[in-house]
Formats: sequence, structure tokens, C-alpha cells
Amino acid sequence: MVAELTVDEAQENTRESRSPSQDAIREFRRNKVAVAGAIFIVALVVAAFIAPLITPYSHETQNVSNNRARPMEGYVITTDFAAQNCHWYGTPLEWGCTISFVGSDTLGRDLWSRVVYGTRVSLAVAVVAATVSLTIGTTYGIISGYAGGRVDNFMMRIVDFLYALPTLPIIILMTFYFQQVGRRGEEAGAAANFLININQAMGGLFFIFIVIGALFWLGMARLARGQVLTYKQQEFVQAAEAMGASDNRILFRHLLPNIIGPLLIAESLAIPGYIFLEAFLSFIGLGVQPPRPSWGAMINEGYQGLRSAPWLVLVPGIALMLTTLAFNFMGDGLRDAFDVRLRGR
Amino acid sequence: MVNYIIRRILIAIPVLLLMVMATFALISAVPGGPFDTSGQKKMPDHIAAIMERQYGLDKPLWEQFARYLGRLVQGDMGPLMQSRVQDVNDVVSQTFPVSLQLGVMAVFLGLAVGIPAGIIAALRRNTIIDYTATFFAVLFASIPNLVLAPMLILIFAVALDWFPIAFWGADPPFILGIFPKPTSEFFHHAALPVVVLGMGSAAVVTRLTRAGLLDVLSADYIRTARAKGLRERAVIVVHALKNSLIPVVTIMGPLFAAAVTGSLIVEQIFAINGMGRRFISSLGEREYFLLTGLTLIYGAILIGANLVVDILYAWLDPRIRYD
Repeated sequence: MVAELTVDEAQENTRESRSPSQDAIREFRRNKVAVAGAIFIVALVVAAFIAPLITPYSHETQNVSNNRARPMEGYVITTDFAAQNCHWYGTPLEWGCTISFVGSDTLGRDLWSRVVYGTRVSLAVAVVAATVSLTIGTTYGIISGYAGGRVDNFMMRIVDFLYALPTLPIIILMTFYFQQVGRRGEEAGAAANFLININQAMGGLFFIFIVIGALFWLGMARLARGQVLTYKQQEFVQAAEAMGASDNRILFRHLLPNIIGPLLIAESLAIPGYIFLEAFLSFIGLGVQPPRPSWGAMINEGYQGLRSAPWLVLVPGIALMLTTLAFNFMGDGLRDAFDVRLRGR
Repeated sequence: MVNYIIRRILIAIPVLLLMVMATFALISAVPGGPFDTSGQKKMPDHIAAIMERQYGLDKPLWEQFARYLGRLVQGDMGPLMQSRVQDVNDVVSQTFPVSLQLGVMAVFLGLAVGIPAGIIAALRRNTIIDYTATFFAVLFASIPNLVLAPMLILIFAVALDWFPIAFWGADPPFILGIFPKPTSEFFHHAALPVVVLGMGSAAVVTRLTRAGLLDVLSADYIRTARAKGLRERAVIVVHALKNSLIPVVTIMGPLFAAAVTGSLIVEQIFAINGMGRRFISSLGEREYFLLTGLTLIYGAILIGANLVVDILYAWLDPRIRYD
């Protein structure tokens, strides 16, 4: 005789259901390296916000008599040293011995402080450029993919043309243009002046973000279009059309939530590129304006003294490298976690 | 196939034209000119007017562009404004071979290191060799050029003194215009820049080759080949390799683009007299013609590289036919 379950027993025997994103998060947490990357990034974000609390100096305090100090120089705290260098600065967390953990640069500015303040610039670039390129690219891609036909053809022709442009020279030219316009603001009109003021307020970051986002949305657009083409034929879209939903509604209520996953992952994998691009632009002098610190600018300043004072280049360089590594590991982990074929390996 | 190539080349011409127009407009829109009467270069006004008339900079923009195009189809890329002895063609013939050598060697290094490493990693899957190769691949794919270069310089050039810190080991004139004299000094100087530029490509190629070969090795036709009794090497080289390289060829277009982009960075760091360094240093001097010409060359290189990659793709995968 076949054993029969009562309703209660059957309910006890079923596991609670898990959504796909919960599965993905579980998979992500099994990837130790990716988790380490994510933790590092969270630490960076926290450090960017509480920068004044964890740095002994501001990013622009110069102490010219202490320039090119080696890392940890003078760290042996004798009583004489303490009497000379340890102060109370009046605010709860600015206390202690003002030593340079990792050295100081040619103008005597503390490297640790500059690196920590530099995380603000790098994270700002990452977030804003990624948002801009994601927004433009997704919108463009889903409109093109959903419209289909000649509109799609035409829009993709434009993307193909823009793909042929050499990105770095064009980016350098555009950044140079914005920098020069920002410096000679008196020649521009009222609207341009307004934008220039915003740019100045953000230390020259605003235009760079626009430039980077304006040239990197192409990959996003292609990806979004491919995803839309895949989903367009599925039944739920056809059902929505049959029920008379407007195009807008179909695009944004039905298609977008389904395709946003791979797009976000692709964008997070592109973030190291944005950070590096900002660093390079600062390296050649086109990035954020001094004295606001950027890791690329620090590498540039320290490059002259590479032989005699290598820490001037190594400290921002290691910071840049760790940040890039963290984003790459986290992005890889995210991509693998959401890839159904890799489950259970 | 020939039709396809001709069509691609014909389409490339308006693309390049639009690119030149956009670049020209962008550069001309930058405030300030090469003969500024304000700022540090205090040139008297009337002299500045004469100089601008000499180079046609007082004409309206479309007329400047038309004159530029007219010169361009005759092969003249325009004059330099800071030098009376050289013009843009001279600068290009000096710097283009250097950039070409750097880029080609870097891509070659990327493939020559990446493909064998990927193959070995795939064949010795989940062993220590595989883990090491994958680890280094991820590492080098993530380290930016800007950081890798000073590190390698510090280790190999400053501490060990094996390689020189800067400059390219070959100066113009070159053999046949583009080939360097293969002296030991050339390879000595070229080692660090090429390694910096090529390591990122090598890392990506390693991962792709490994993934591609792993996919192919689990396919049915490989099982058949093994069941037939072929030696393992024959199985891999004759049957598996060509198909596993398809993802690599797919990425060779972006790889060339990355080499072009990265060469700008590497040239700046190593003070190599290539196109990228001249590009950056001529920004401040507002060398309109040089900047436009260099951007045009970069664009042409990219379009050409993409075309070559597409042809290679069709050769590797007979199922792909361009009609």
C-alpha cells in the first residue's frame, strides 16, 4: 500500500523557496576572492566618507621641511620625538603623533592623507561614469532593440561608426577642450558658465565624467539591444502587447527588470577601466585640478624621483592596483555567480 | 570574399571622413590658438595676424577644413606650426614606425605568451600549473599599465639594472621605412615597454584560450578522435586547437584597440618618441594639423585591424560567410 502524506506532513517536507538572486548571492559568497574584493570596496567607500577622521593631515597641508620623507621615518617614539611631534589638535580624532606612515611627497604633503582623499576622486569617477554610461547605453539599446527594423538598423549604424573611433585620443581631446573652456570661462555664454561653475565646484571632475560616460556607452548599448532581442519574442512580452500595454510600459516595466542583471555586471566590470582612465588623464595633467589629489597625478609627480624616492610612485600605484583588482575580482565573482551554468562546480 | 573586403574599404572612407571632420572641429573649438597674444607666449598682435594668415587660421572653419581635405588627398597632412623645417608628414614618418614596432611586438608577445599558457593551463586543468597560470592571468589583466610600468622599472631597471629606464633603441631612418635595425641595443630598450604593453593582452588571451580549449575538449568530435586512437598531440593540434582559437580571434579587434590605446600610455611613461607622445605634447601647442593627422592614422589603424580580424575569423570558421 502506498504511504500517503497528510497535508501537514507534506508542508513540512517542502523546503522554502529561494529566488534566483538568493541563489546567486549564495554562489557569490562561496567565491572567497570575490568576497574579499567586495569587502575592500566597501572599506574604500567608508574611507572616502570618513577621510578627515583617519588621516593625520589634510590633503593639501604642506610641511616643506619634511619633504620626501621615507615611510615610517621617525616612527620610533622617544620622549624627545613625542614632545616635538605629538599634539592634540582639538578635535576628537585628530590627535597623536604626526608622522608620515607612508612618507611625504616633494612638497611635504603626507602621502597617506593624499591617498585616502584620492579615493574620493576615484570612487566618484567609478560611480558617476558608470551611471552615465549605463543610463545612456541602456536607453539607447532597448529603444533600438525594441523598435527593430530600419530604426534599429540606423541606430546600430551610428554605434558602428562610433566604435571605429580611437577612444583614447578622442577622450584626451575632449578632456583638453573642457579643461581649456573651464579655464577661460569668460568667453563662454551663460549656460556654459553655469556648467563651468559646477565643474569648478567639483574640482574639475564633472566634465571628465561626462566625457568618459559619453564614449563608453557603446558596449552597454549593444549588450542591451542583444538582451532585448532575446526577450522580445517571449510570451510575456507578447501577452503584454496583446493586453494593449503601451510601448513605454512594456519597455520599462517588463523588459528592463529582466535585462538589467547582465548589464549591471558588465558595467561593474568596466569600472576599473574608468578608474584607470581618470588616473591616466591626471597623469598627463588633464584630470582633476591640483591640489585635489588623484592617484594618477600623484604618480606623475612622483615619477621624476623614481630612482631616489620610489615610494612616491609606489604608494598611489599600489592603491590604484588594489582598487582595480578588487573591482575586477568582484565583477568576475558577480558574473560567475549569476551564470547558471556554473552552479555546483 | 573579395567583394566583402572592397565593400568594407569603401564604407571605411566616409567613416574616416566623418572622423576627421569631428576631430578637426573639436580641436579648433578649443579656446586659444597656437599664436596666442595673451598668456606666456606674448607675440605682438600684428605678427600673430600674419602667422595665422600664413596657416590659414583666419578663414572660416569649413574653408579651413576644405583646404585641409584638398591637401590630404594629395598626401600632404599639413604644416607644423612650431617648426618651419618639418611638417606633419615628417613627424609621422619618424614616429609612426616606432609606435608600429611597439604595438606589433606587444600584440605578438601577448599571443606568443598567452596562447601556449592557455593551452598548458587547459591541459593540466586544476593542477598547480593551472592555478598559477590563472592567478597570473587575472593579476596582469587587472594591473593598470600606469602601475605596472613603474614597478617593472623599479625592479628590472633600477634595482637589477638589466634594462634601460627610458627611450626606444632605434632611431629613424628605418629599414624600408618601418623596420628597425635588429641590434641588441634595440631589444634591450624594447624589452620593458613591450612587456608592459603586452602583459595585459597576454593575460586576457590566456584566459580565453583556456576557456575555449576546455569547451572544445569536451565536445563529441574530440571523443571520436581519441576513440579512433589518435595520439593526444594529434588530437589537440589538428582538431581542437583551431576551434579553440576562435574566441581569441574574436577578441583580437579589441586587442589591437587596446594596444593602440595602451601605446599612448606606455610611450608617455617610457619617453618613447612615438605618435602617442607627440600627440600629448602637441596639445598645448595647438598643433591642429598634427593632432588631426594622428587621430586619422589611429582611426585608420583600428579600421584596418578590425577588417583583418574579420577576414581571419572567416578563414578559421568555415561556417562564417560574409555575403
